[in-house]
Amino acid sequence: MFDLTGKTALVTGASGGIGGAIARALHRQGATVTLSGTRAEALEALKAELGERTHVIAARMDDPAEIDRLAKEAEAAMGKLDILVNNAGITRDNISMRMKDEEWEKVLQVNLTGTFRLTRAAMRGMMKRRFGRVINITSIVGVTGNPGQANYAAAKAGLIGMSKSLAQELASRAITVNCVAPGFIATPMTDVLTDDQKKGILARVPADRLGTPEEIAAGVVYLASDEAAYVTGQTLHINGGMAMI
Amino acid sequence: MSDIAERVKKIVVEHLGVEAAQVKEDAKFIDDLGADSLDTVELVMAFEEEFGIEIPDDAAEKIQTVGDAIGFIKSNAK
Ligand SMILES: NC(=O)c1ccc[n+]([C@@H]2O[C@H](COP(=O)([O-])OP(=O)(O)OC[C@H]3O[C@@H](n4cnc5c(N)ncnc54)[C@H](OP(=O)(O)O)[C@@H]3O)[C@@H](O)[C@H]2O)c1
Repeated sequence: MFDLTGKTALVTGASGGIGGAIARALHRQGATVTLSGTRAEALEALKAELGERTHVIAARMDDPAEIDRLAKEAEAAMGKLDILVNNAGITRDNISMRMKDEEWEKVLQVNLTGTFRLTRAAMRGMMKRRFGRVINITSIVGVTGNPGQANYAAAKAGLIGMSKSLAQELASRAITVNCVAPGFIATPMTDVLTDDQKKGILARVPADRLGTPEEIAAGVVYLASDEAAYVTGQTLHINGGMAMI
Repeated sequence: MSDIAERVKKIVVEHLGVEAAQVKEDAKFIDDLGADSLDTVELVMAFEEEFGIEIPDDAAEKIQTVGDAIGFIKSNAK
């Protein structure tokens, strides 16, 4: 089950905690992977760990020209693009009263607009080949909201609406578009939280622990697989019971 | 040059699964040949590939009939 031999995947944010785990998991299932992010050294280190069937293409998700280049180069490097995992994401937290225009715009640009642009660029080949898997990493916060994260929650909710629309446009071409919504996962993104903040969060998690990047990656592998061909427009919540929606 | 018209018609027949006789020059892809909006995008992609040309989005929007496609390709194909 969930064999990805012969499939090709592009993972953005592969230099990060969750993206790295996703790339490893897809690779382990047999896929050829292209790792993207901005920190070339971190990407090269992961490539060295994975070995064969791995490519690195650094690109900034807030630059339209870079995004188009990424899509083209990934297709050229792997010969085709079957699975696109839009995982790159940032936070710029602030209470709304204090939130600066740049903080709002930057988060929307990387998390939402960049994802749309890359997906649009990847769609052409998927339509032609009558196969595609687009998996967008959103967040529990996109559904529940979170104080201090109006920008991030808006971008993540936007991903869910966008995915449902794309899913309807592309379903007849055997392209599925789904989201994975992590709860609180132990990564550099959540390392910055204080112990008090972590305690406060755990009080709301029935599983009483942070999730692991591997638990998110497992959801991505499922949605990328042939077995999930009939699943589209959905959001898979992986959050230890923190929200049941 | 008439060969262009034949090649265009062949692509339309293959892509939309219609009878060759239906593919007249004034036939509209959507209204007459049952294409949906994704089909029209795919037809444009197929024309681009077959004739080695690029059809920009604003030109693609104006290609609504078989004749429009033949006309555009005749004036842009190398
Ligand atoms: N951790 C959690 O608890 C949690 C919860 C819900 C959702 N998520 C989502 O999961 C995804 C991964 O998060 P993470 O926890 O793994 O975070 P992370 O370790 O901080 O990784 C973020 C990744 O995004 C990339 N990135 C950031 N800005 C970029 C830009 N402008 N252009 C290209 N790439 C950029 C980073 O690449 P470089 O470092 O190379 O710049 C990095 O690989 C994000 O979408 C996040 O919103 C995380």
